[in-house]
Amino acid sequence: MASIAAAKRLLVKRSFSSSPIAPAAKSVNSGASRMMLRKNPIPIVGQRAAMRMVDLGARSASTSGGTTPLTVRDALNQAMAEEMERDETVFLMGEEVAQYNGAYKISRGLLDKFGDKRVVDTPITEAGFTGLCVGAALAGLKPICEFMTFNFAMQAIDQIINSGAKTFYMSGGTQPCNVTFRGPNGAAAGVAAQHSQDYSAWYGSIPGLKVVSPYSAEDAKGLLKASIRDPNVTIFLENEIMYGESFDVSEEVLSPDFVIPIGKAKIERAGTDVTLVSHSRNVEFCLQAAESLAKENISAEVINLRSIKPMDVPAIVKSVKKTNRLVSVDSGYPAFGFGSEICAQIMETEAFDYLDAPVERVTGAEVPTPYAAELETFAFPVPEVIIKAAKKTLYLPY
Amino acid sequence: MLSTVFKSVRLASTGSRALARPFAARSLATEAVVSHMPEEMDAPFTVTLPAEAFETYMLDLPSYELTTSKAELIQMYKDMVTVRRMETAADALYKAKKIRGFHLSIGEEAIAVGIEHAITPDDQVITAYRCHGFAYMRGASVKKILAELMGRSEGVSFGKGGSMHIFAPNFFGGNGIVGAQVPVGAGLAFAKHYLGLPHTTFALYGDGAANQGQVFEAYNMAKLWKLPCVFACENNKYGMGTSAARSSALTEYHKRGQYIPGLKVDGMDVLACKLASSFAREYTTTGNGPLVMEYSTYRYGGHSMSDPGTTYRTREEIQRMRSTHDPVTGLRDRLTSWGVISEEELKAVDKEIRAYVEKEVAEAEASPPPEASPDVLFQDVYIKGTEIPVLRGRIPDENYTFEK
Repeated sequence: MASIAAAKRLLVKRSFSSSPIAPAAKSVNSGASRMMLRKNPIPIVGQRAAMRMVDLGARSASTSGGTTPLTVRDALNQAMAEEMERDETVFLMGEEVAQYNGAYKISRGLLDKFGDKRVVDTPITEAGFTGLCVGAALAGLKPICEFMTFNFAMQAIDQIINSGAKTFYMSGGTQPCNVTFRGPNGAAAGVAAQHSQDYSAWYGSIPGLKVVSPYSAEDAKGLLKASIRDPNVTIFLENEIMYGESFDVSEEVLSPDFVIPIGKAKIERAGTDVTLVSHSRNVEFCLQAAESLAKENISAEVINLRSIKPMDVPAIVKSVKKTNRLVSVDSGYPAFGFGSEICAQIMETEAFDYLDAPVERVTGAEVPTPYAAELETFAFPVPEVIIKAAKKTLYLPY
Repeated sequence: MLSTVFKSVRLASTGSRALARPFAARSLATEAVVSHMPEEMDAPFTVTLPAEAFETYMLDLPSYELTTSKAELIQMYKDMVTVRRMETAADALYKAKKIRGFHLSIGEEAIAVGIEHAITPDDQVITAYRCHGFAYMRGASVKKILAELMGRSEGVSFGKGGSMHIFAPNFFGGNGIVGAQVPVGAGLAFAKHYLGLPHTTFALYGDGAANQGQVFEAYNMAKLWKLPCVFACENNKYGMGTSAARSSALTEYHKRGQYIPGLKVDGMDVLACKLASSFAREYTTTGNGPLVMEYSTYRYGGHSMSDPGTTYRTREEIQRMRSTHDPVTGLRDRLTSWGVISEEELKAVDKEIRAYVEKEVAEAEASPPPEASPDVLFQDVYIKGTEIPVLRGRIPDENYTFEK
């Protein structure tokens, strides 16, 4: 059966998870990884992405239509390299970013290229180095501060918000602070409760911050460049499982001038019957759900919000006016979360009058993330649940 | 007019002081020796400060000699008096309910003044909330500081920040979270190091903040990367109502850096403060990495305006510090006994500063509060031109849209 085979593949991969260099399971083809995700709803172990890195040489150089496959990891790497090339005041600081080439290899090669003044390994002292990055930004540099995961940033959240986000306002506009905080947010796979929280809603509530959440490689590159250039304090929420995912990108995306404006959502799939709005990895699940719904003649529109703050509410409103039904999908805790905000925003706009059903929220479950894979699956959205929610808005049996 | 060209003045030691200078009620444990007193205001002379004013840790203080001039000494006096008058005026405004709340530095003036006279405008300073004196010394006017305290639009931060968020060129506040300013200060130093600039950063914190974990995180990175940072503890003996002995397992704050050399100085002696700060600046900008300092000082007032300051210490203690260690009186006595300036001229200086501060207070009081409009409320949440499209108000009708 397909699912047993998939489970076996998962087990095989897990056995490699502790080895930094492991033989690749298969050569990477541009479409293969996405097809695999679509067929296999079980969360994929992050280490698979690390293994794929080793096999980059086998990647096909180009595909039809003038596009090139680009992993999210490489997109982020390119974005940082290009911005550091372009502006000498941009530097990267974080745990293992330099000599280790990055805990998730996002900063691979940057130390060799730019030297240890601009790519700085820190001790394991989040509060300290976050405050240090804020100070460096207040003094006119443009730090990129990497958190190994945003879970660890909780130790530094006072510096991000009180020393960083609020300072420009408190100073009456005299103390700008251009710093970009980036790192994986939300669940990985099998890393349990202290390593799996999604912080979009927490950071999204703070005036003075911009909060960006890319999904694809194109998003990762264009939005990270925009975040580094943006003169405000920016939170850039990545996703560990997405790092290894490959997307076909156009020539334009590979150019060093490719920047995506912060605050503009992207319609990943146009549709007419129901709107699925999400960000980051859940966009993938929404696309899978839309594919399934299409087989039942339900046309779902998938919006990739790309940023949490500012949130492209007009794009959601425009879509709801077309489809009359809305499902929000995110992996954060449900209470006071992303979905709550979407519901509130819709209620406060004219979109409310266009709704034919209440908004359905698909969220993380209200539990500290469990470790066992079977339970972990229940803690986060999967396409089946999104399909269920969509059918609820359509008053169809599910 | 001062007639003597060559004059050696020695302050008597504690025991015979009362006899030697009957008018001086204070008894300083330190005695400073002046090399000579020149005629000209700008001519340099040397003051040899007593060794007791300093304590070192893993460090040798090369010299106890401070080179200064009459003009500089008088300026230092003027600066301390201005800061004190400004703080006193703020106190009065609070009692008149014109200011909502803040933390005064009366008694601690020698530190802000001593540091500023030891550094250049390109050096950087950051401290916590007892910041008015530093803001003034770094270039913010009395009027703008008081206006900020009163929440007026002519305040340093246009009324948006208040007492704890006052900034000036190369003065980064004014910070409200105890201890958070220390890693930020290390970051300011990091920037100088990154840019290859020969300037230092004074990152100041109190005895209460000295126990914060993030302070030690900052020490570690500064030492590892040899950042030009002076970590300076203003030990005024109390963290709010908790004495240093009750909060700190080790109250020798200049030793807290463990692997970082330390220098403790009498924070009530502005000349010792200047000497120590000059040394610190020199040390940290010549490739030695950071230094930890302790300025031993005292605040006469409570922690903040809502704290009477007498529930955790005796009035006798406060009175004793005021009468024997006051920094302003201390310098004043030196100025007169060294023949730098006459009593009459000093009185004139005091009067001039009093009038100046009163004028600044009046102008600050007369300035208007910020316009109670959404334009002002929502301004500066983001850098102009990069705002997010909409910021929500109290109800959607009060939402603010930024026109592009």
